[in-house]
Amino acid sequence: MDISIFDVVGPVMIGPSSSHTAGAAALSRVGREIIGEPFTHVSFGLHGSFADTGAGHGTDRALVAGALGMRPDDERLRDAFRLAEETGMGYDFHRVELDNVHENTVQMVFTLLSGRKREIIGSSIGGARIVITRIDGYETALTAQTNTIMIEHHDVPGVVSGITRALAFNGINIAGMQLARKSRGDMAFTIIEVDQNIDDMTLHDIDWVNGVKRVQVIGTVESLADAMEGLLYV
Amino acid sequence: MYKDLTSLLAEATEAKQPLWRIIAEEEMRLSEIKEHELLMRLDTRLSVMEQSAMRALESPLETVGGLISGVASRHARYANDRKGLAGGLANRVMAFALSCSEVNASMGCICAAPTAGACGILPAVLFGLREEYDLSRGELQLALLTASGVGAVITRNATVSGAEGGCQAECGVAAAMAASAAVFLVNGTNEACIHAAAFALMNAMGLVCDPIAGLVQVPCAQRNASQAVNALVSADLALAGMRSVIPPDEVVEAMLKVGHLLPDALKETAQGGIAATPTGRRIAKELFPEQGQ
Repeated sequence: MDISIFDVVGPVMIGPSSSHTAGAAALSRVGREIIGEPFTHVSFGLHGSFADTGAGHGTDRALVAGALGMRPDDERLRDAFRLAEETGMGYDFHRVELDNVHENTVQMVFTLLSGRKREIIGSSIGGARIVITRIDGYETALTAQTNTIMIEHHDVPGVVSGITRALAFNGINIAGMQLARKSRGDMAFTIIEVDQNIDDMTLHDIDWVNGVKRVQVIGTVESLADAMEGLLYV
Repeated sequence: MYKDLTSLLAEATEAKQPLWRIIAEEEMRLSEIKEHELLMRLDTRLSVMEQSAMRALESPLETVGGLISGVASRHARYANDRKGLAGGLANRVMAFALSCSEVNASMGCICAAPTAGACGILPAVLFGLREEYDLSRGELQLALLTASGVGAVITRNATVSGAEGGCQAECGVAAAMAASAAVFLVNGTNEACIHAAAFALMNAMGLVCDPIAGLVQVPCAQRNASQAVNALVSADLALAGMRSVIPPDEVVEAMLKVGHLLPDALKETAQGGIAATPTGRRIAKELFPEQGQ
């Protein structure tokens, strides 16, 4: 079996819809983690069923809650709009038509402190499971079901083997791997799903591989710490 | 390693073990956890299920549009005052299922099983039977394990998404899971557990997802109540000795195919069925004037 019973009985979440509420909160929660730096505004483009039936499912509140750092089982989710206002995180919603995506898809554009914008697209694929399909123009398939290492690097020979060597050296087992690039010889994006937790030494070793520009770890949806208790990204 | 209901049953038969033992071993391998942690995680879910099954029994909870506010407490009073036509157990199970639906619709905390929209069915059957048979917490944990193993196989080979498979994939699968748990709780055989699940899926086959205004309230609450009773009926059929003429895995496959055959209007889009009735559309328009269905 490759499906955990805890994906079937679970998650423990705020209702009413695993795909429209918990999945939505998980999408922006992971999105916030991928951005990984302060932002002032999130613009949510709702596609398909997210746009059609989202309001009644609290999809909008859940997306804002996730962007604030709340977990999908946080009872404060229903007050997300008020909490966003209190903390100064801006947000807006609009309808978008995206090509070749799941019915429950959101396009999130984060405005950073510097004013730069970053785009993440992801889908809620049922039972609160999600997949991030696009990060800043790179095609991805990030599910946040296991720990995930994201590496942005130059598209030159030897980088990927350097990365896998660094992982093997630190005793990390690779569960899945994706490579994406915008055009040949430009920048590339490697996403590696691993079984173990990643420590700073491993990240440091990857960072030292020739051609690596940036490395980042994304935890599982379940493990992401509750940021509402601490400092917000705004 | 099992990949479908047939191989799950075969492994249990071969090892002369209950289904939950095989499911537990597989989960410990997959999630790399020990038995203690497995049971702890199950118990957390059981607690959330219990709270949601009880929370709305006393007084109504506020839901968007109020379409189902108070349905659980009203049914709980009815079930207390008399046995009801379907009997005392069935009516208490319905009240528990309605409570979960009401908690869910009020943006309260629930445990998806397998989804939030269908979150009332498994808790209703588990806690209904606990009352009836004075079951221990440990027995409920193992029943939950049995149900979730069956649910995981169906998730793997079909779908539990209403947007992909309609209500049969959510409430139907929940009923299948609950049916297998119910058979286990009254000491039915492994084979009866699996066939009860198949009956529940068969009885729900083709059920469409047509929520008024897209809200997880009507007909979701009613379907939680009726599919919880479907689980009891399906368990009884299997316990009486009936076996599915169609192998359970083929029933699972048929459910997926029916789901794909259903038009999008009947899969969570609120464009068909109960949602598309004149009154359903009027309610949607009143609640969300800006959406223009």
